[in-house]
Amino acid sequence: MSHHIVETRDLHYVYPDGTVGLDGVSFRITHGESVALVGENGAGKSTLLHHINGYLAATKGEIRVGDHKVTLKNMDVVRRSVGMVFQNSDDQLFMPTVFDDVAFGPLNMGLENEEVEKKVHEALETVGASHLRKRPPYRLSQGEKRAVAIATVLVMSPDILVMDEPTSSLDPMSRKRLIELLRTFRHTKIIATHDLDMAMDLSERTIVLHKGRITADGPTAQLFQDEKLLHQSSLEKPLRMQQCPYPHP
Amino acid sequence: MDSLAGGNSPLHRLDPRAKLITTLFFIVTVVSFGKYTVLAFIPFFIYPVYLISAGGLPAKFILKKVLLVSPFAILLGIFNPVIDRETMVHIGEICVSGGWISFVSIILRFILTVTAALLLVALSGFNAVCEALTKLRVPRPFVVQLLFFYRYLFVLAEESNRMERARKTRTFHRGAMGFRAFVSLIGHLLLRTLDRSERIYRAMCSRGFDGHIRVSTAIKSGIIDHSFVVVWSILFIFFRVYNIPVELGEFIMEVF
Amino acid sequence: MHMADALISPVVGLSMWVISAGSIAYCSKKVKEEADDRKVPLMGVLGAFIFAAQMINFSIPATGSSGHLGGGMILTILLGPFAAFLVMASVLTVQALFFGDGGLLALGCNIFNLGIFPCFLAYPFIYRKIAGNKLSKGRIITGSIIGATVALELGAFGVVLETVSSKISELPFDTFVLLMQPIHLAIGVVEGVVTAAVVMFVWNARPELLNAVSRYEPVGRINMRKVFVGLLIAAAITGGALSWFASSRPDGLEWAMFKTSGKEVLENNGGVHASLAAIQEKTAFLPGYGFKKEEREIGIETAARPSWPAAHQGTSTAGLVGGGLTLLLIVLAGLGLRRRAKTVK
Repeated sequence: MSHHIVETRDLHYVYPDGTVGLDGVSFRITHGESVALVGENGAGKSTLLHHINGYLAATKGEIRVGDHKVTLKNMDVVRRSVGMVFQNSDDQLFMPTVFDDVAFGPLNMGLENEEVEKKVHEALETVGASHLRKRPPYRLSQGEKRAVAIATVLVMSPDILVMDEPTSSLDPMSRKRLIELLRTFRHTKIIATHDLDMAMDLSERTIVLHKGRITADGPTAQLFQDEKLLHQSSLEKPLRMQQCPYPHP
Repeated sequence: MDSLAGGNSPLHRLDPRAKLITTLFFIVTVVSFGKYTVLAFIPFFIYPVYLISAGGLPAKFILKKVLLVSPFAILLGIFNPVIDRETMVHIGEICVSGGWISFVSIILRFILTVTAALLLVALSGFNAVCEALTKLRVPRPFVVQLLFFYRYLFVLAEESNRMERARKTRTFHRGAMGFRAFVSLIGHLLLRTLDRSERIYRAMCSRGFDGHIRVSTAIKSGIIDHSFVVVWSILFIFFRVYNIPVELGEFIMEVF
Repeated sequence: MHMADALISPVVGLSMWVISAGSIAYCSKKVKEEADDRKVPLMGVLGAFIFAAQMINFSIPATGSSGHLGGGMILTILLGPFAAFLVMASVLTVQALFFGDGGLLALGCNIFNLGIFPCFLAYPFIYRKIAGNKLSKGRIITGSIIGATVALELGAFGVVLETVSSKISELPFDTFVLLMQPIHLAIGVVEGVVTAAVVMFVWNARPELLNAVSRYEPVGRINMRKVFVGLLIAAAITGGALSWFASSRPDGLEWAMFKTSGKEVLENNGGVHASLAAIQEKTAFLPGYGFKKEEREIGIETAARPSWPAAHQGTSTAGLVGGGLTLLLIVLAGLGLRRRAKTVK
């Protein structure tokens, strides 16, 4: 049995046009951990996530998922153990109906129809979207789309969940429901986000990226007290940690 | 349009293949009439009327769609009366020219064929039509293309609407779009589209995409589906061979 | 410029269907052979892109006509002819099913007119020949413009041929051609300029995208960035000078129809009415019609005296009575079915 770990060593990535995406990133995320990945726009969060799933190949350094080094050869194994929830659900839900979409992965894994049916049912049940199974994805609300997108990933029974901005463009209730849902998952979680309140709810550990480098890595509650650090990464203290929400005149 | 397909009448549950084949047969039969056909088209209205009524579809909505659709046929037809001025039929004192008859004929053809095509989607939904195409051995890459195209149609139409709206809010004379603006707008839309395609591809790969799209199809064909095709086809042939309104009229005139 | 079911005969419709269906099968096979996974989503979203882009109109100056991007050339340049053809076919299919643009039977004609010409004639024999392997500044723009123009001219000619040979419309061939071709020449040039400008826009902004996309169609082996930037400027100047306006004026084809009919009014007013032979030809189109023989007589009668006596009205009255009755029966059946459908629910 593989350990659900993600480990990077001195990861560098330079885009074809010369932009530096990652500039020496090293960390180790162990089994069952939930880690928030924060940083300003363009800090390298998405670039890093794309390495975990093997969409981008590091210019230098290496990355390991479970027992495997992420290489072209291991891609299938890696992608099966990593479930990636994209920022824009419309890109993730490409099939005609919710059911087809959730079934896409299992069918590619070569499972029998009955087995697929069962797994899809379970996954949709988990995210509370069973009633949507026959609907076409473009008719869903943002919150429903996000839930279904998560189901498409869960159905593959991944060990590690990687999420890019899961709470973006959700209304407050949908956001709350999503956080409650994610809290129930026992997977290793890596969540790239600007939503520091959610990070506090879900992740005991936070990694701060700034210009392609890790500027901080530690307990979430502690890092978020450091205003200088947050300011440098264009972040703001989570609302609940701001002692005085109404500044004196 | 597609949301109508969510209905649950027996017609909705019919094998989409049966509906597709019947629709095609219907259209071919209708257009096979000569250009001065008017009366013989009337019995054919039973098919769309049946589908709308038994399928519980909103007749007004469908009618509106048909009327709004492409004025092209009407534009083409409107000058038949102008060119063809031979008197063909007399109704009382009024002389009707061949052109007017063929014009009315074009309108009737138009209404029948367009309604039939729209009803096919309204009763089955686009995805089911595609499923039917797969089962009818239409090449897979084309069906997959149809599905993907249809899926992102709404997303991109919305995106282009947003861009156009954003442009309008900053344009203070009505409707004008400079060439530069047009190219830039289309160009940006294309760039975003290419990016989107890449993101979708990644999403597909992360779920084990290997070049084949597998869809579990569940359409089954039973006695009802077969008889739907057969009964309607026989009826269409019957309407094609016998001019019902004329026969009926002659019969009545004889009786009275 | 969509053909419509109402205007074509089954022979024309079905033969065009066969040609288009065959082409779809062939292209599907080719695309499968290319085995480029990336093309699966790419083709889909590009189809959606063309559709969205077609919603934006610009007017053609001095003609009172407007057109929109056809997109055939852009697709072919981005995807290669086989994939592009499938995309065009899918766009037209959805238009036929959802918007009644054309129709299911006319779909074959439309795929032929708007798909085959740009993908399999204009692209390989014009665009590729001109743009060729030795790319230069003028080549791409020349290739795009001539390619798009020829494709549209052929497409328009296809519409004329299909319409005339179906014999549902009364449009005479020569008048129709004389009006369709010049208008589509203008539309074609515009299409070409837009195609060139958009392709260059993309090239300028994100050269690597086109490189990746055109892997299978090595349009850009040579450093084309400069070429494209230059062309973009050239196109911007040309286009800026012309300046288009988004408008809701009639489409080129419809405009051509108007002109034709207008002209015909004049001709017919001064001209002699059609001959007896023409009338008989018409009656030949009326198999099984109640008033068939009557018309033949009309032909003779009209030649002799213009007003028609009420003596032969029997059959046409019968037709009207029968027609009305049939309609009534259908309406009643519809209402009855509707009531039943409701009670079942």
